[in-house]
Amino acid sequence: MVDFSYAIDPVYIATIFFFIVGLHRMSHPLTARSGIVWAGAAMLIATLATFLTPDLTNFTLIAIAIVIGGGFGYIAAKRVAMTDMPQMIALYNGMGGGAAAGISAVALLGTTATASLAVVGGLIGAISFAGSLIAFLKLQGWMRPRPITFLGQHVVNITVLALAIISGVLVVWKPSWIPLTVAMYLPLFFVLSLGFGFLMTLPIGGADMPVVISMYNAFTGLAVALDGFSFATPNYAMVVAGIIVGAAGSLLTFQMARAMNRSISNVFFGAFGATEEKGMQIRGSMKSIEADDVAVMLAYANKVIIAPGYGMAVAQAQQKVKELTDLLESKNVQVKFAIHPVAGRMPGHMNVLLAEAGVAYDHLFDRDEVNPEFPSTDVVLVIGANDVVNPAAHRQGSPLFGMPILDVDQAKDVIVLKRGQGKGFAGVENDLFYRDNTRMLYGDALESVGKLVQALKKL
Amino acid sequence: MNDMSVLWTAVYIAMLAAFTGYVVISRIPVILHTPLMSGSNFIHGIVLVGAMVALGLATTTLEQIIGFIAVILGAANVTGGYVVTERILQMFNRSGKKPGKGT
Repeated sequence: MVDFSYAIDPVYIATIFFFIVGLHRMSHPLTARSGIVWAGAAMLIATLATFLTPDLTNFTLIAIAIVIGGGFGYIAAKRVAMTDMPQMIALYNGMGGGAAAGISAVALLGTTATASLAVVGGLIGAISFAGSLIAFLKLQGWMRPRPITFLGQHVVNITVLALAIISGVLVVWKPSWIPLTVAMYLPLFFVLSLGFGFLMTLPIGGADMPVVISMYNAFTGLAVALDGFSFATPNYAMVVAGIIVGAAGSLLTFQMARAMNRSISNVFFGAFGATEEKGMQIRGSMKSIEADDVAVMLAYANKVIIAPGYGMAVAQAQQKVKELTDLLESKNVQVKFAIHPVAGRMPGHMNVLLAEAGVAYDHLFDRDEVNPEFPSTDVVLVIGANDVVNPAAHRQGSPLFGMPILDVDQAKDVIVLKRGQGKGFAGVENDLFYRDNTRMLYGDALESVGKLVQALKKL
Repeated sequence: MNDMSVLWTAVYIAMLAAFTGYVVISRIPVILHTPLMSGSNFIHGIVLVGAMVALGLATTTLEQIIGFIAVILGAANVTGGYVVTERILQMFNRSGKKPGKGT
């Protein structure tokens, strides 16, 4: 019989090449879509080539598992609404981490793998699995999104991590003076690792979730690389792809954290939004306004800036917003979009939604580009954004202090479209809503924008 | 190759791969951050390949059960990651300007 296993390495090398080309193409909006197709083709050939691995058995089980997992992943990803994409990324990332932990477990139960690498891969994979799951539950709303804190939390977390590491060391070292077998330490090791992943994510609030998901994405990459290297015959496709994701994910994590002016340790240990600011008095009251009046203000403005946030995503209002933009432009009103990097639940979330609605790129402006423009702006429409426009970020002592925001309060008039009087995700009162130049247009973002469009058409 | 040379080879590979990941990401505009995170999420779906080997070489029932679960999770990572990325990127084609094929 011909040995086809010689084909594996060339295929894996081609896979890595395509992955890099794919990622590179994803770095430009015009070629981005073809990038994922390149990467997808690479994954397909890598999967097929893996069936040629020497001495491979359990083919039926492998095929069944691929059909179950692949089928679930495909259907769930197809069915889910566009607004739920962030938690789906968290979920699939967690599954990748879980798979890495599983590989480590199998490797450690056997004898051929490099145990030290498998243990580290298992630890990181399990943390990523548990952490991503919590991130998914929080974003999906199946779990309270606010930070969950308790007394002595840091001590408990560090203790659990330390115990997980100690049990991991025991798994590798197998000291003869402890009369236990690896099969007995191993469950303990994984329970502790998973526990640390849960505990580490509990105190993190919804506003920090993008950073967290990105971090766990990098974790999974690293775990995959370690597992790939732990095999008796190292799997270099896993090593290289994993390291690339680990490096790229880490960089992305730092970029996101920087956009919020928060350090990584602050994200993980700060329990963002858990503490109320004390001694803060907000003067004035919220003043509401009707859609018809807003329409008049908009129609006679020279320059309007729209600052969208998570509320627009939830209400699926982006299409209506595009309609509103077109209508205003037909009335010679200059319309710009102010995009805060962390508006929504993922970096670039707003860009994606507006692109979906057909808003051209040249209408979208970054926070730094658009901030100098607010003083010369007639009307700012804040659509479902809260924390990213909260002037509290300029005030020392506020939990938001230091986060760069959109300075919408500098505009002549600010209209805030908001469902109710609640606080933002960070749980910090927003005194923008109480300013003299701010008016509140209550209601679901889709309905409110719809009313604006109707009113504008009548003018 | 002895163990040390395998280790050093891995370190070379890891260093170059890390640099590649860093360079590829540092050029990405904010607008593509979400699809990129999703895309890299798909790429670590290569874990599927490892899970297949783990299950394929598993001997005991326990190893088979864990390997089976790992393959399910890895396969979901692959297909889900692909579809999510594809769906996000699909939106970029409908944005006024007509992107041509290729560059």
